[in-house]
Amino acid sequence: MTKKDFGLLILILAVGVVVTILNPRFLLPINLSNTSNLVGMFGLSAIGQAFVIITGGIELSVGSMIGLVGLLFVDFVATRGVPWPLAVVLMLALAVVVGLVHGLLITKLKLQPFIVTLCGLLFYRGIARFYTQDATAGFGFGQDFPALDWLTTGKIHGVPITFIALLVVAFVMWFVLHRSVFGRHLYAVGKNEEAARFSGIRTDRIIIWAYVICQVLTAIAAIYFAMYTRSISPSSQGNFYELYAIAAAVLGGCSLFGGEGSLIGVVLGVVLLQELQNLVNLLGIPSSLNYAVMGGVILIGVILDQQLGRFQARRRAAELARRGAEAA
Amino acid sequence: MKSPEPHPSGAEAPAPFLTLTDVRKAYSGVQALSGLSMQVSRGEVIGLVGENGAGKSTLMKILGGVIAPDGGKIGIDGVAHDALSVADSMGAGIAFVHQELNLFDNLDVAGNVFIGREPLSWGWMRFVDRGAQRAKVAPLLERLGANFKPDTPVSSLSLAQQQMVEIAKALSVEARLVILDEPTSSLPLAETEKLLNVIAGLKAEGIAVIFISHRLHEIERAADRVIALRDGKLAGTLDKAEISHDRMVKLMIGRDLKARTGGPKVAPGKVRLSARAVQTTTYPLRPVSLDLREREILGLAGLVGAGRTELARALFGIDPILGGRLEIDGTPVALSSAADAVARGIFLVPEDRKGAGVLLGLPIVENISLPNLKAHARRFLVSQRMEAATAEIQRTNLAIKTPTLTTLASSLSGGNQQKVVLAKWLAMEPKVIIMDEPTRGIDVGTKVEIYRLMRELADAGVAVLMISSDMEEVIGVSDRIAVMHEGAISGILEREQFSEENVLLLAVGKTANLAGTA
Repeated sequence: MTKKDFGLLILILAVGVVVTILNPRFLLPINLSNTSNLVGMFGLSAIGQAFVIITGGIELSVGSMIGLVGLLFVDFVATRGVPWPLAVVLMLALAVVVGLVHGLLITKLKLQPFIVTLCGLLFYRGIARFYTQDATAGFGFGQDFPALDWLTTGKIHGVPITFIALLVVAFVMWFVLHRSVFGRHLYAVGKNEEAARFSGIRTDRIIIWAYVICQVLTAIAAIYFAMYTRSISPSSQGNFYELYAIAAAVLGGCSLFGGEGSLIGVVLGVVLLQELQNLVNLLGIPSSLNYAVMGGVILIGVILDQQLGRFQARRRAAELARRGAEAA
Repeated sequence: MKSPEPHPSGAEAPAPFLTLTDVRKAYSGVQALSGLSMQVSRGEVIGLVGENGAGKSTLMKILGGVIAPDGGKIGIDGVAHDALSVADSMGAGIAFVHQELNLFDNLDVAGNVFIGREPLSWGWMRFVDRGAQRAKVAPLLERLGANFKPDTPVSSLSLAQQQMVEIAKALSVEARLVILDEPTSSLPLAETEKLLNVIAGLKAEGIAVIFISHRLHEIERAADRVIALRDGKLAGTLDKAEISHDRMVKLMIGRDLKARTGGPKVAPGKVRLSARAVQTTTYPLRPVSLDLREREILGLAGLVGAGRTELARALFGIDPILGGRLEIDGTPVALSSAADAVARGIFLVPEDRKGAGVLLGLPIVENISLPNLKAHARRFLVSQRMEAATAEIQRTNLAIKTPTLTTLASSLSGGNQQKVVLAKWLAMEPKVIIMDEPTRGIDVGTKVEIYRLMRELADAGVAVLMISSDMEEVIGVSDRIAVMHEGAISGILEREQFSEENVLLLAVGKTANLAGTA
């Protein structure tokens, strides 16, 4: 755990203490369970986003893909009678294809990630709305998939499965990001793609993988979101979710220039964001102020973090200068 | 040939436009200009020659007002200054046409000429008066004999035409001294001809010209007087009648060679890397054939822009090879990426150390293991212990000076950063190492260490290709020297033919009268 991650954890705990004092319902099992469910779902897509951001890219189509994948999944399972395990496999395959296409457009055609994924954002949303002619897809009365329901909306000792899924994915991805050869290459590409290529790394491949991983994690999140909301409105499901993912990654220490960020930081970023949402609800702040609170807190966090970094750099420089003067 | 004293200003001529007296400039202890004196008269075309690092760019920066000299006087129209500001320089009518053009593709010719000083109309609305702009540019283009119009988009012009736009820009501010910095280095021959005509036109109007070029035959044709710089000093001047290719070369070099570093212990072996008519993207019409043998250091000399770095990039798989083929140990290979080259034991120490060599934001240990992480991993997971062991070996081997191996590469000195780049390759098994300007900007002590290391590598059987613009280094370290000129190999020198003069002759494309075996 880096110093930055630790700082974020302290902040989360501090906010938690304040909210608990103001409204003890914060610690009610039902509240914690609901919040951790949201943390689980948003966390999966934020981890995916972090992989892309570490390469110096960005993935804006996440929200639209959460809408499209969720819609297709519910439609396949509820309306078309596709066995749900097959539907899951199909959704993951779709995610792989989308990630692959994004990655190829960005690396081989040298398009900017922002442009490619912005077009994706518009395109997938449009496809989703066209697919059902803007009609909402949902489960019919009495339709029951016990295994699927348990795997998506179930709980183990009160802990939502989504949160457990996040912990499992985070655990695996921590090794991928911080201990694997791929993870090292990912950071190298993000820090300096040119130097990474000159070190014999197949940088294009690394970048494409990042987009594929992002889309696959997003698709898993999309299925969870779909089973959570149970009825999918193609024009609104997942709207803005890419921005939550980006915000969480940035809160967690990712730099949009690439090469920075830790997995624990990203997960903590998601926790903080959901805690703030919860705070708005519990403290009776008008829910219309929801976005304003989130935006304000992120901005303050980033400013503090940057100022702290500059302060430390200045202190280091002063220290070096002092040592230099002594040596001279 | 005149001795290095100021050019005598003839009594018949008025005071020269520009007079430099004992101008000095040092960069962190390195003397870039040490006591330069020279004069430029009105309507005179000066050819300024000198090797890379002779002080030409420093001189240009002083004249442009970008940097201030440490001492000496700059006289303009007889008024002495200690230093010029950018405004002084512009006000005096000194205009620059740089090697890299500073034009806006999206504007037309007139828009570029008046960029930042557009004639305005509509009073407070401050609209650009395009009509006036074009009307003012038209006569300038006529004076230059340009075959394009003020409203031609710059993006549709050839390089030489674009250079004319830059010159028109200079004329539009009533330039009295136009400095052309390597204007022809990117021009094909026919276009060069046009530019030389423009220079003659400027001269006829009484405008002084300083013409910097590595292409000596162009200077032979265009210059009234040649000023040669060497090691930051005036090496001599040549009057019109004295200008000859050989005399310029003599003035540009002519310093004693330092003793060579030790030669090879064993004679070079078989050919390791062979380029057969390789065509690079920069010079597709100039195929390169080159044999690099094991146990040798092959120096690759040439002027800046001769295509050496481009060749290195092609050999390393970074740039595609458009034609010809590469052979390693006699087997043809296709390199589609640097990863392919690395897998075959071809390594590159790039010229751009901070941009392409080290990852400044990574610790030393991660820099060293980066190209070969799989060998430092069990299954998929990197073993930090194995990495540290490798890095420790390289730290001892190369004497990398750092408190710890987890220090970020950004906090190392240039020489130690270069050692880290070397370390990452030495930790693998090099067959071919290409070093592009390996000692540029590195202190003398580390330089010597790098030379010794290159020799050790060669003795161990590695084929070393060293690209260098440092004449002393090329002659002192290489076993053979290949010289490039405008994208092609203009000649290969064996040890007994090594001389600065021979290298320079080949570098400017003269292959005929090589000075015989010394």
